[in-house]
Amino acid sequence: MAPAVSLRAAVALLGQFPVLAGVDLDVEEGSVAAVLGPNGAGKTSLLFLVAGLLPMRSGTGRVLGCDLFGDRRDLRQKVGLLGHSPALYPELSATENLSFGLRAMRRPVADARAALERVGLTGRLATTPARTLSAGQSRRMGLAWLLARRPALWLLDEPHAGLDVPGRDLCDDVIEQAALGGATVLLTSHDPERAAKVSNQVVQLAGGAVVAASDGQRSPRVA
Amino acid sequence: MWRDAMLVCGKDLRIELRTRVLLWQVVPFGILTLVLFALALGPSATALQRGAPGLLWLALLFASVLATTRSASIEAPEGTRASIRLLGLDAGGVFLGKAAALAVQLLAIAAVLELGLLVFFHVNAARLGIASPLELCALAALAAVGTLYGAVVAGTDVAGTLLPLLVLPALAPVLIAGEKGTAAVLAGGGPGRWAIVLAVMAVAYLAVGTLLYGALEEPS
Repeated sequence: MAPAVSLRAAVALLGQFPVLAGVDLDVEEGSVAAVLGPNGAGKTSLLFLVAGLLPMRSGTGRVLGCDLFGDRRDLRQKVGLLGHSPALYPELSATENLSFGLRAMRRPVADARAALERVGLTGRLATTPARTLSAGQSRRMGLAWLLARRPALWLLDEPHAGLDVPGRDLCDDVIEQAALGGATVLLTSHDPERAAKVSNQVVQLAGGAVVAASDGQRSPRVA
Repeated sequence: MWRDAMLVCGKDLRIELRTRVLLWQVVPFGILTLVLFALALGPSATALQRGAPGLLWLALLFASVLATTRSASIEAPEGTRASIRLLGLDAGGVFLGKAAALAVQLLAIAAVLELGLLVFFHVNAARLGIASPLELCALAALAAVGTLYGAVVAGTDVAGTLLPLLVLPALAPVLIAGEKGTAAVLAGGGPGRWAIVLAVMAVAYLAVGTLLYGALEEPS
């Protein structure tokens, strides 16, 4: 079976600066891969590249069967991204944000409520404008969005950042459930121990390139 | 495309109802502009009435720049932009939806400014009517241009100052046609060919925006 993510010598630029300088990476379908590295290593740029949001300048790349040079728009609907900054609209509530996204994707709006309950955003937290939520609550809203839309590829940029201990455990559980459900997960982290615990493989990024790779502690998925 | 347009239009209008930026900032700005114009022209009723059509459209133009800046800022945060691009919405539909929401807001502004004409310029604005063909076509053109250029500057650090610089010259033809048509209506006639000119402009700007919006949103 082809990997869900396959990059060879992938180069991406921001302006004239090579944020990715020849990345080689394979992520098997249904597995969890963690990308570690110092600030400025290119972790976020890697996620944006894989999401089809950052153009690839050279190299080859296929994500979920889509060529990163040609099929980026087709790819995007299969991908879910939990980024640094809150997604969607701060003036709308969590429920309204998820409902808007689900309607845009022609998915049942009823999935929003279940997803928000799963991450603990209920009652007033689900109906108050998103800009009033704390950083951790915003993060939970982002996880709820991924739960609701159920993408084939989950891209999580430091998913544990801003979360309290129960929130981090919830995040790990959501990641595990996503992978068990057949989704592929690619996450970045500044917490090597926690990242290794939830991942099948751990990749070290520095200067826009992979410098080391190792196995994670998560058991390989049995087909 | 149309379904996505309605979805985006509803979303933008809901955000406006929630934040009331139009009500508390843009409309007062438009009224203030009219007041300053009236003060600049002096107390002569003749001068005020003669200047009313052009100054109405000038005030509307300036107010539309504010409204356009606000519309563009809704998707300005990087996280929001990334999420929207992952939704797979039809780019043309997004453009039409945002332009439609902006046009609705401009219609509300125009209604208030026409009332201002009556108060400050002693003009019988009832002749203009609300949502006349002339006005609707002009507002559609304003909204289309604003939405398109809003996408051009989205995500830049200088969006607030660059947008007026781009939009105002592009809207000069709308200003001219709107002024001419309004002057004709206030003189007791019809908008004549000026309504047709504005209709052509509106269709052209909407078509260009629908075709180009996706390319503007896509980084190269």
